[in-house]
Amino acid sequence: MTDDVAGHLVDARGLRCPLPVIRLAARAKELPAGTLVSVVSTDPAAKHDVPAWARMRGHELVATEDLGEEPAAWRLTVRLH
Amino acid sequence: MTHPTPAPARVHLDNGGRAPWHPLARQAFLQALDDGWADPRRLHAEGRRAARLLDGAREAMAAVLGARTDEVHLTPSHTASLHAGVAAVAAGRRRAGSGVVVTAVERAAVLHAAGVAAGEAGAVVVPVDRLGRADGAAMAEAVAAPGVALAALQHANGEVGTLQPVEEVHAAARAAGVPLLVDAGASLGHVAVPATWDVLAADPADWGGPAGVGVLAVRQRVRAVPTGPEDPDPWAPGGVSVPLAFAAAVALEAAEADRVAEDARRRALVDRVRTAVAAVPDVEVVGDAEGRLPHVVTFSFLYVDGEALVTELDRAGFAVGSGSACTASTLEPSHVLAAMGVLTHGNVRVALDRTTTADDVERFLAVVPGAVARVRELLGVQGL
Repeated sequence: MTDDVAGHLVDARGLRCPLPVIRLAARAKELPAGTLVSVVSTDPAAKHDVPAWARMRGHELVATEDLGEEPAAWRLTVRLH
Repeated sequence: MTHPTPAPARVHLDNGGRAPWHPLARQAFLQALDDGWADPRRLHAEGRRAARLLDGAREAMAAVLGARTDEVHLTPSHTASLHAGVAAVAAGRRRAGSGVVVTAVERAAVLHAAGVAAGEAGAVVVPVDRLGRADGAAMAEAVAAPGVALAALQHANGEVGTLQPVEEVHAAARAAGVPLLVDAGASLGHVAVPATWDVLAADPADWGGPAGVGVLAVRQRVRAVPTGPEDPDPWAPGGVSVPLAFAAAVALEAAEADRVAEDARRRALVDRVRTAVAAVPDVEVVGDAEGRLPHVVTFSFLYVDGEALVTELDRAGFAVGSGSACTASTLEPSHVLAAMGVLTHGNVRVALDRTTTADDVERFLAVVPGAVARVRELLGVQGL
């Protein structure tokens, strides 16, 4: 996996809900508006909860990718408001 | 001399799909143990007496459903009704095709049965909006496609309470010649169920009757072919329990008798819950505030572990349901919340019983903010 914006990737593999969203929110808090931040998660709930969190916080979900890994993992990217 | 303070009574707010028995159902059950213990298929006096109770139960249910008595079948459970209903209609419509149209928020039993009936092609799944309501126009279009054997639409969603556009979808299905199975498992006994169905499944355990018996009504005009091995009662091989069936029917009549008053009373309590819970920081109250079941309300708290919250509330004396993955043995969260695009973690589902009082609700609302705060504190999410 490539991560060209070092430090703006939250690796939440192996964590169960609601921890992936919490880790993402904690990182987002340190970053300025307009920043892209991604979370990688193996928790199927994160696929639904990251977009819901972004909507509640006014961030924009820009991508959801299935990383095709085993165990299954997803990478969700949001643009902070 | 001091007396120990009695522990406050527990408040059970998880009454969807499994409510306490209505007192009249209990009475009816005991009566039917005396009068209806025999095998209703036998020709002797005891058998005939049991058969009369069973026929009476089906007749009473048919009257509530606006159906003929011979259109009402009893099954071993609501899940069995849904499995058999989907399979039998699909089998009866094999010449039309094997397509099955469902919504994304149908009960798992419907989705699984639809998957089996549709085979490799898979069922056509119609999406829902943020409130959990199926797109009626999309469903109408899907049922009009060639090769559709049947469509399934719940009357109301039992997890979030939202009512579905049953009349609209039935009109479209009818125009396309496709039978519509309506899952009224969360609604019958709570709201009036429209007559716009071809096959209808309902759940006695949800309306204050017993578990262990289900209802499946099939309109005479629908060709339904039960798919199991031959049996005198193909909808419940071996027959159903007469006392359970009789108690289920009496509970339904009792629920119908004061349904309108119970609707108003519980609707007001749910409104109270929706308003009070919305005052907790970072919560989403989900489902339609208007077009909904009178007794169901669901909400999700951001940054809350659903399992921890259910446990915390249980410790305080309140039983609630949850659709969060964190509360289930599986990793998958509620497919209903996921389809709606709402938060799946920190979820609490409340379904009020006919016996739930305003005082029960106020006591519950008094402990919710503290319980949420404690669970959040453990996760260290202040300021996020």
